[in-house]
Amino acid sequence: MTQTSSDRQPSRLLRLVRQAVLGLLSLAITILGLLLVTFIIGRVVPFDPVLSIVGERATEAQMQAVRDQLGLDLPMWQQFWIYVRDAVQGDLGTSIRTSMPVAEDIARAFPATLELATLGTLFGTLVGVPAGVLAATRPGSIADQIVRIVGLMGYSMPVFWLGLIGLLVFYGQLDWVAGPGRLDPTYDMMMEFTLTSYTGMILIDSALNGAWDVFGNAISHIILPAGLLGYVSMAYISRMTRSFMMNELGQEYITTARVKGMPEWRVIWVHAMKNVMVPLITVIALSYAYLLEGSVLTETIFAWPGLGSYITDALFAADMPAVLGGTVVVGVAFVTLNMASDILYRLVDPRART
Amino acid sequence: MTTLRAWLQDPSPTSRRQARLGQMWLAWLRIRRNRLAMAGLVIVGLLLAVAALAPLIAPHDPLVQDLGRRLLPPGTPGNILGTDDFGRDILSRILYGARITLYIVALVAVTAPVLGLLIGTVAGYFGGWVDAVLMRVTDIFLAFPRLILALALVAVLGPGIENAVLAIALTAWPPYARVARAETLTVRSSDYIAAVRLQGAGPARIIAGHVVPMCLPSVIIRVTLDMAGVILIAAGLGFLGLGVQPPTPEWGLMISSGRKFLFEQWWVATMPGLAIFTVSLGFNLLGDGLRDVLDPRSAPK
Repeated sequence: MTQTSSDRQPSRLLRLVRQAVLGLLSLAITILGLLLVTFIIGRVVPFDPVLSIVGERATEAQMQAVRDQLGLDLPMWQQFWIYVRDAVQGDLGTSIRTSMPVAEDIARAFPATLELATLGTLFGTLVGVPAGVLAATRPGSIADQIVRIVGLMGYSMPVFWLGLIGLLVFYGQLDWVAGPGRLDPTYDMMMEFTLTSYTGMILIDSALNGAWDVFGNAISHIILPAGLLGYVSMAYISRMTRSFMMNELGQEYITTARVKGMPEWRVIWVHAMKNVMVPLITVIALSYAYLLEGSVLTETIFAWPGLGSYITDALFAADMPAVLGGTVVVGVAFVTLNMASDILYRLVDPRART
Repeated sequence: MTTLRAWLQDPSPTSRRQARLGQMWLAWLRIRRNRLAMAGLVIVGLLLAVAALAPLIAPHDPLVQDLGRRLLPPGTPGNILGTDDFGRDILSRILYGARITLYIVALVAVTAPVLGLLIGTVAGYFGGWVDAVLMRVTDIFLAFPRLILALALVAVLGPGIENAVLAIALTAWPPYARVARAETLTVRSSDYIAAVRLQGAGPARIIAGHVVPMCLPSVIIRVTLDMAGVILIAAGLGFLGLGVQPPTPEWGLMISSGRKFLFEQWWVATMPGLAIFTVSLGFNLLGDGLRDVLDPRSAPK
């Protein structure tokens, strides 16, 4: 395509818009597919949803009424259409266990998971990036070996077992941190009744309320599970940082910078880091998404009232609407994070813009 | 021995098999230089040996309860790793547990790649809308967090080892489909495929007989790399009570049964976790080493 300088700007804007539209379209199709999968899973469940609502001794008329209400007599495609329409409007059905709308339950549980996963990713990034850089600048050294082995251990550790060991050592033996739960019961009451809730994330809410004793207690509760999740994401981030940095340090512009006499820290942290940042964003977003998932097992260990606990509790109560609703929410969060990292990638890397 | 080595290292091999075996021999030499990969190989070998010989080396029956000897600490004579809340020997249960782990790993390793290969090769071979649809499906499954999808599937299928395997396999195939499709695209338009087609072979025959074999090596590497993840997910399902059911000695399940008295009798939950960690580390080390050796981009310097 030939371009004059005058129409260059609009065409680039157009391209960005086109990319955004295409991206959103593919996001929509993926989410539709996600809903189709959960819909199918929900329809092949061996227990009858009608029976679980009306009970064993209902009359045929009562059962028919519920069946009509749930639309179970409609053709499959129509049922799917209703399912999608409801989901888009934020209606994920009613939980059998709590008799509450699943979406409301999840909205209450999600901030706890978000708080945990965010802090975990923060730890993982703050430790993982420097560790990866250290390993990349001294390949083959003792430091490199240690980073590699510590990373591989993080890959191989069952996260629920790590949580139990953490509790055993840091809570049971050393008593450095608080035990399971988000707060001690007394602070929990305070949080519930005297403080204003803004976000549902205790660290933010208590700070906004100026309740620093609650904040301190919350820190003491979250530090262990977030630290352990952070270790898992650190393993991934440090490994990827190392490989990106190694790749970058072999480039000619690095040699040029060194020959110019630039201090080594500047070569690494300013020049090389600028280019490492680009793929690293995707890696960090991915590890964030994995922590949302990894929190399922961690939350059951730490009695953390988040999405993971919600899904597993629902699982044992055979509460399929809640299980599938939770699955959809985590799936959508997953897809959206991927998408966001993709867009960020395009914004940061000029090569990806064309 | 020397003649075999000479045959393997012959710079001008006379048959295709000799060339291939020679390449494998060189790869083996490179793996052997990699200490971490060798450590991984030893661990995986140990897992195989323990699983095969469990009845011979286990000091006790893993299922026999002895309530008089419950919750004995490690180091007790006769129960080196202690006993659990039913007085069962933990070491014996861990040794037998290796069989369950290996069973799950093996079943996933033969089912998920087959599904992935089928979808990937068909998508790659036919191209066009078949490719678009199949790859879109693959992307959707990739978009699902694996553990959560496995949880939802087990919730529907009901707990149990076969259902856990099915759930894991159904969440594990998309990466294999991707790999297989990429390989298929590179061979699809090659002359030998055209020759087979001109001889009258149909798509099914071409894919099964001539495309799939070309995809196998890269899929196999990928499978080795994934095994640690499979072990962790299986243990997670067991831990949640959704996999193998008691009293079967499965490692994840053993951890969850020890959780009740974590602070008083720490060994019940800790010991099986060490086993999971060791085995999954072994697969990771081996997979890492294999990739270093077989990936041309990280050729020896």
